[in-house]
Amino acid sequence: MNSRIQILSDHFLEIISFHFQPAIAQNSTTWDFLKRLILLEDYNTRVVLLGTAMLGCAAGVVGVFTLLRKRALMGDAISHATLPGITLSFLLASVWGWNEKSLPLLLLGATITGLLGVIAILAIRNLTKLKEDTALGVILSVFFGAGISLLGVIQQMPRGHAAGLESFIFGKTASMVANDAVFIAAASFLSLSFCILFFKELRLLCFDEGFTGSRGYPVLTLDLLLMTAVVIISIVGLQAVGLIMIVALLVTPAASARFWTDSLGSMTCISACIGTVSGITGSAISAIYPKLPSGAMIVLVCAACFATSVATGTRRGLVIRTLRRRRMNQSIEKQHFLRTMFELSEPRNGSTPNSEVSVSQLTTARSWTERTLQSNIRRATKNEWVTRIGQRIKLTKKGRIEAERLTREHRLWELFLIHHADVALSRVDREADHIEHVLEPEIVAELESLLSEDQRTLPESPHDLAHHNLSSELTESFDQLGISREIADQEEPV
Amino acid sequence: MQSLPWNWMLDGWIIATAIVCAVSCSMVGNFLVLRRMSMLGDAITHAVLPGLAIAFFVTGSRSSFPMFLGAATVGVCTAFFTEWIRKSGKVDEGASLGVVFTTLFALGLVLIVQWIDRVDLDADCVLYGSIELTPLDQISIFGQSIPRAFVVLSTVLLLNTLVMLVFYKELKLTSFDPGLSVCIGFPPSFFHYLLMTLVAVTAVASFESVGSVLVVAMIIVPPATAFLLTSRLSHMILASAVIAATSAVAGHLGAIGIPAWFGFRSTSTAGMMAVSSGLLLLLAATFAPRNGIAIKFWHQFLLSWNILGDDIVALLYRVEEKQSVSYAESTWVREVLICRRSSFIAMKTWLHLKGEIKIEGEKIALTSRGHFRAQNLVRSHRLWEQYLLDEVGLDPSRVHPQAEKMEHYTDKQLRQKLNQAIDNSNTDPHGSPIPDERSIKPN
Repeated sequence: MNSRIQILSDHFLEIISFHFQPAIAQNSTTWDFLKRLILLEDYNTRVVLLGTAMLGCAAGVVGVFTLLRKRALMGDAISHATLPGITLSFLLASVWGWNEKSLPLLLLGATITGLLGVIAILAIRNLTKLKEDTALGVILSVFFGAGISLLGVIQQMPRGHAAGLESFIFGKTASMVANDAVFIAAASFLSLSFCILFFKELRLLCFDEGFTGSRGYPVLTLDLLLMTAVVIISIVGLQAVGLIMIVALLVTPAASARFWTDSLGSMTCISACIGTVSGITGSAISAIYPKLPSGAMIVLVCAACFATSVATGTRRGLVIRTLRRRRMNQSIEKQHFLRTMFELSEPRNGSTPNSEVSVSQLTTARSWTERTLQSNIRRATKNEWVTRIGQRIKLTKKGRIEAERLTREHRLWELFLIHHADVALSRVDREADHIEHVLEPEIVAELESLLSEDQRTLPESPHDLAHHNLSSELTESFDQLGISREIADQEEPV
Repeated sequence: MQSLPWNWMLDGWIIATAIVCAVSCSMVGNFLVLRRMSMLGDAITHAVLPGLAIAFFVTGSRSSFPMFLGAATVGVCTAFFTEWIRKSGKVDEGASLGVVFTTLFALGLVLIVQWIDRVDLDADCVLYGSIELTPLDQISIFGQSIPRAFVVLSTVLLLNTLVMLVFYKELKLTSFDPGLSVCIGFPPSFFHYLLMTLVAVTAVASFESVGSVLVVAMIIVPPATAFLLTSRLSHMILASAVIAATSAVAGHLGAIGIPAWFGFRSTSTAGMMAVSSGLLLLLAATFAPRNGIAIKFWHQFLLSWNILGDDIVALLYRVEEKQSVSYAESTWVREVLICRRSSFIAMKTWLHLKGEIKIEGEKIALTSRGHFRAQNLVRSHRLWEQYLLDEVGLDPSRVHPQAEKMEHYTDKQLRQKLNQAIDNSNTDPHGSPIPDERSIKPN
């Protein structure tokens, strides 16, 4: 038992591989070195930068489609699924006496089991009731387990045989050579041209699989081709930059791009850019500070891009969404305020129009806090909708027109609800409150024609305004709860 | 097979530890599979790296408890960040998981590389255990020396079982219908994070002692297998535990036994356990009683087989009816039905064995038994045709293909109803007589 060699896990190997530091950056001053880096004078740096840039670009593009297919972690599963292929081809080659470290042979083995993994994932998804993510997880763990078992066997072979296999499997960015860069270039070119040639088909596939099938496109073949692109990129990337890095390059740029746009074309471009930039920046940082592993730096740059996108993305970013919500809330507040002003100053039961409204009236009309009300008044004054004299507030002419329009929309919707949607009288006010803010002119026109309303006149409020808005509802609910009506009565406008 | 290199003190403990680990992982895994978060196990085993690094940096020692604490904390953080990004950024679950765990791993890597020169943080012996070595690290409890991993994992198993028993109903509800659970007053987020904490603790405790391959596999594969076999949550949890234990035993036996056939010593137990659980999943996917792929194909085959038999006897009946000769050329029958030669010959033999047709050289004819089957079938067909024309108002040219499909699924009761619906009409739309119902099967 003691003689059993402990199986090296992938993580351990990844860490070990980062001990390889770039040969550059020795015996040179920082400035000197920076200049050489920027001008790409150093051959080694040039290869590494070029390789990671191409890989980032291709992974960014392919990642968009896998993300939209909700298979973002496909790269993770496939990278793990290549292990049995690599070990098996190594094993068979050494049994048959071939050169067991020949790169094409190992890559072939990796591709075969990678594709087998893809087929198995698609089969699990299509033939059983298991979901996508479970299929990914199952293939990842089972294939990786098989690979680890085979590796256990390989490590019992005469020492020296297996040496070098580890660094092949788990990446060595810093020691990337021209040969690797050529492989990366070929793989990136293949997968990029596939994505560009089949852009339309892939777009359909991502957004409506059923429709794609009904239009006569071969869904399964397309799916398989897309996944083959993922396999190719994963294998090349795994070999060049390591497992975690390739997973990150496939997921993060695409996920970041989603925050900036809603169109697939620009999303693909943005994702490709983020991938390329992260590749270049990450390996440049690691070239400048050789203590930092380049693979990890690429991932961290990707993550920084992601964080920036989450915060400031122009489509779905947190800042923009918060601003949008605030603007919406403010406009709702404004509309509520104007309508309340209008309704309170409306002539009622033959009484004379009361153009001035007191602050206390306003406070009781809606459940406004003192602060909200004051800020509402301030904003309306600034817009010249109301004028304020002491505790009395008066609608200006401009404000009256705007308020009348808003009130009209509200009441039109109320009438619509009563006549056409059979909503109870006591509920229409609340319902209309929700919808009035998003009524567009076309809908208002349609409501008018539906209710055969005159263009100009303002319809009467369908419910008793004396029991205004909230207070009427509150009364109702107080009744239901058996609470004294006195509280509710206090709410009534003076 | 030669005798296994078996040693109860070593292999016994390995299997016991593996069973405890597999069962506790699969227990929490059930809920991950149901919540479509299967990849979380894999993500957590990668993401804990910064936790380990920081725990080491803070305590300066490699003792396992601070390490465990650091890893578990980061594991929970992984789940927390993933959920936060998914919710606030509206990012797909898998993508947010991918972003979070790769970032955390890279961060951990940078931390370790920064400190690795100064300290002896050997990733190999600290981060990832190996199940083969568990019997060597023993502690003494009540005078018995027991592997530490077994004690730790038993505690985890106990904790998991306890939480499952206490919160079974809540976990079930929040997994299947978060909306409803909000309405009833169980906050889904609380149980989400409770589950995530359990997953993190289980995963970290397991991979620290037995390796990450086993954790990732046991969290997903046995629950997925159980998911195929049953559609009750309680059965699923029990089944997944049994499957996990089975694959643990089979995996270890395979790890010792199979390489020996090729002249090697044993290989990775954890890897073989993952493989054996995968094989169990394959078995379940193929032969599961209700959803198995093989079962589905078998049902399909039976159906097409029955339909072919129906078609042959119905054709012979029509020949008999039209031309008043009872024998038909079997090659002609085959060509009319556009049927493959092999299946036709098989069907002919089968019908002959069942006594429904008689064969005379190249010609075949119905026996009285075959006549019985054919007559009811043709009756169904023509009843349907008449019904589709009269009651449904289908175009006359369309009724035949429809009736051709329905006739195979029509039983006696349905025929009676159809007959009532068309007012006992005697002929079908094409003028052919509708044969009488025959209810007594001839011998």
